[in-house]
Amino acid sequence: MRPFALKCKVNGLAIEREIPSSRSLLDFIREDLGLKGTKEGCGEGECGACLVLLDGKAVNSCLMMAVQLHGKELVTIEGLKGRDGGLHALQKTFMEEGAVQCGFCTPGLIIASEALLRRKPDATLEDIKQELTGNLCRCTGYEKVLSAVEKARDNRNA
Amino acid sequence: MTVSRTETSMDAKDLKVVNKPVRKQDALGLACGEPVFADDQEFKGLLHAKLLWSPHAHARIKKIDVSAALKVPGVKAVLTYKDVPRVPHTTAGQGYPEPSPYDTYTLDSKVRYVGDRVAAVAAETPEAAQEAVSKIKVDYEVLPAVLDPFEAMKDGAPVIHDEPDSKNIPDARRNIAAKFDFEVKNGEWFKEADHVLEHSWSIPYLQHCALEPHTSIAYFDNFGRVVLRTSTQVPFHVRRIVAQALKLPVKKIRVIKPRIGGGFGSKQEVLEDIVAALALKTRRPVKLEYTRKETFVSSRTRHPAVCRMKAGVKNDGTITDAEMEITLNTGAYGSHALTVMMCSGSHTIPMYRVKNNIRFVGRSVYTNMPVAGAYRGYGATQGFFAWECLMDMLAESIGMDPVEFRRRNYIKLGEGSPVFKAMGEGREGVEQVITSTGLFEAIQKGMDEIKWAEKRAKYAKQSGPVRRGVGAACMMQGSGIPEVDMASATIKMNEDGSFNLLVGAADLGTGSDTILAQIAAEVLGVKTEDIVVTSSDTDVTPFDVGAYASSTTFISGGAAKKAAEKVRDMVLAVGAKILDKKPEALRLEGGKVVAADGASCALSEVANTSLYYYDQHQICATASHYGHTSPPPFQANFAEVEVDTGTGKVKVLDYVSCVDCGTAINPQLAEGQNDGAVVNGISHTLSEELEFSSNGTPLNASFRRYKILSAADTPPVRTFIIPTWEPAGPFGAKSVSEIGINGPLPAIANAIYAACGVRLFDAPFTPDRVLAAIKKAGKR
Repeated sequence: MRPFALKCKVNGLAIEREIPSSRSLLDFIREDLGLKGTKEGCGEGECGACLVLLDGKAVNSCLMMAVQLHGKELVTIEGLKGRDGGLHALQKTFMEEGAVQCGFCTPGLIIASEALLRRKPDATLEDIKQELTGNLCRCTGYEKVLSAVEKARDNRNA
Repeated sequence: MTVSRTETSMDAKDLKVVNKPVRKQDALGLACGEPVFADDQEFKGLLHAKLLWSPHAHARIKKIDVSAALKVPGVKAVLTYKDVPRVPHTTAGQGYPEPSPYDTYTLDSKVRYVGDRVAAVAAETPEAAQEAVSKIKVDYEVLPAVLDPFEAMKDGAPVIHDEPDSKNIPDARRNIAAKFDFEVKNGEWFKEADHVLEHSWSIPYLQHCALEPHTSIAYFDNFGRVVLRTSTQVPFHVRRIVAQALKLPVKKIRVIKPRIGGGFGSKQEVLEDIVAALALKTRRPVKLEYTRKETFVSSRTRHPAVCRMKAGVKNDGTITDAEMEITLNTGAYGSHALTVMMCSGSHTIPMYRVKNNIRFVGRSVYTNMPVAGAYRGYGATQGFFAWECLMDMLAESIGMDPVEFRRRNYIKLGEGSPVFKAMGEGREGVEQVITSTGLFEAIQKGMDEIKWAEKRAKYAKQSGPVRRGVGAACMMQGSGIPEVDMASATIKMNEDGSFNLLVGAADLGTGSDTILAQIAAEVLGVKTEDIVVTSSDTDVTPFDVGAYASSTTFISGGAAKKAAEKVRDMVLAVGAKILDKKPEALRLEGGKVVAADGASCALSEVANTSLYYYDQHQICATASHYGHTSPPPFQANFAEVEVDTGTGKVKVLDYVSCVDCGTAINPQLAEGQNDGAVVNGISHTLSEELEFSSNGTPLNASFRRYKILSAADTPPVRTFIIPTWEPAGPFGAKSVSEIGINGPLPAIANAIYAACGVRLFDAPFTPDRVLAAIKKAGKR
């Protein structure tokens, strides 16, 4: 099989790579780009640990092929930045609210929340719960995760 | 020289760092996606491991041919039972000698469940490894299998462990992996009782579902030693058990636990032998990462159980007699078979005073099913489901409010139980009395929050198909295994007045690195940020049994505190020279040595003096700690539910959990522990069950089919911490990590009964089961 000439933007940088067309997006991110913040929890799109932003929308990178990234813009947890270029608002509130326990699901939860707040800056608690349905977390019981997302929403809108 | 500062002179209000919601030390890296987990580091020349798993529940390998597998391009090694040492051992990461039978082999010529190890491959790519696995030809002699523990104990049942070299199996012929009988007899059974009630409760196969699958990388250091970078809760037990299984000296192995993505007991299991064996064979770094399906089937599960309880009560509310007979399904191997069974009684029966007679009969039974092991709650989950539901039934039989009935009978300050001494974990237990309890306040707070009296009255008269109810359950657990669990800590001082804290304790996401730093910081009068924690590296950190048995805060925290006190005394001795004062007249505060008259010197000056100027020495100390008792945390749980009697759907409307964990070293992290445990328990209650075909093949080993609660499914859970002061704990602390998982099954079962008059005895309470129970009881 001929390699595919992939052109895309990753975390703000233009990237050109030849990749096997069978490469999954998750493997491309973790193995080829060495960005380890995106996790594999199940490999079948059920747990949300591998969520990334593709043109601003949250997608399960384990279910996509790297070639689908062609001509698009990818943001992983490593590429999320706050308005001042420092920590992103969600990263701050996740820490402040104690929403990080083992932290394996945290990047995915932050990506999902960011996608929601971009789309719907005044998301309600119910919206947040619905959006995070695709992100499993066994440590926190979600209580502190939900407060962290609400706090980030409020800070953003303040 | 010692500076006397007794524990009792302290109070929570005097604390500066402890009992504060200090930010978790690793939160920043985790929130930014830093490469901190086992699989996040890259290794040059890394090989990928895949295992061939048994398709049969019980079979002997007549012939195994790996020639085709070895021909797959990129394949570097294929191991079968012929290639590894045959050493009976247990995978249970417990104190040595482990109380679990030695019935497991790295690879064996017999397989005992669907998902058992058959062979292992290492190859240049995961795809090549998988292809090689598919090309291993195995000729099995399929043996009769037994999937039910009660069938397995019968005469003539297939014998699962018929090998001659396994050890410490109490009755291999009857498939009994562990047994224990115990009786306190003060008179004729049930003679004084006005009412005697009896029933059985059951829990199915449940999996931990830590989001990070089991991941281990074996590589070699510059001296040719095997280094295991692995997602484990028990680094020191991994080192010891891998050494045993592969016949290596302990000194040839180093185990490093990086950040790990949750464990809940599943990573208290030593499964690293096979990846180490592949590395030794290939002399290359090898990674073994379980898929989600493999994690479900071939890591570990909770012990399914049938718990029969029978108890007598007098009309005045006195519990006269109590009997628990529990049968646990340990699956194909007896990992934690004895100790989980013991905790199902030892953590539960003492909860309430029993006037006359107590009996416990426990059996852990082998079946050709997935292997059970440690799981948060550790037997108490199974035991409390029965005991707390029976408590509700007993209260009803005498017409007493169920909370009032519990209040009359729960174990009070200064009281003990014969069960504590009789039921240890592999050894005799220890006698103990309750030295701290906030259960009274926890119950009161919970009743207020759930509006107990108001709702019990309101929901007593309902009509229509949708009914509501409130239910309660009380819990206790332990804080480490007394006289068994040991932890140690080393603290050394640096030039800038900061300290390195080296602990063997294993932070599995709980925040133990942070709370241990808080404990050291409190003693040393510095900020938590001035304590740099390194944990869980068997080459670098001192010994610790690891993260299990709710031990880390209590045992490892005790070690951190003792080490800090030793270092404090060394700091004060140097400070006394600098300030020309007596050490007894000095204290540590705000990063300084401070005298009563206000004179002070910075810790950096102390450090520089000791390192460079005068009487040069490294200020450094190590301390060890173990518990003589295991002070229980207590908890009161209240659930409000809505039952649709037309569909059987149960909705939890509110869940209040009030926990007495002594001093919460970090209230935010303690709340997080309890929230997570409770939601895991609610998930057990409402939806979780690993299902099997009639030949033992798992049917729903994926997140799609094995449903754990998501954010949208999770009811409001409200955790309240009830502060008490435990004299034996560091700064008054007890444990908090496990207790919360045990409450939801009984609290929700009792609430469902209050709502619609139907008792549920078999978890989970899925709509079909609830509906069947409603129909059977004629409550529609």
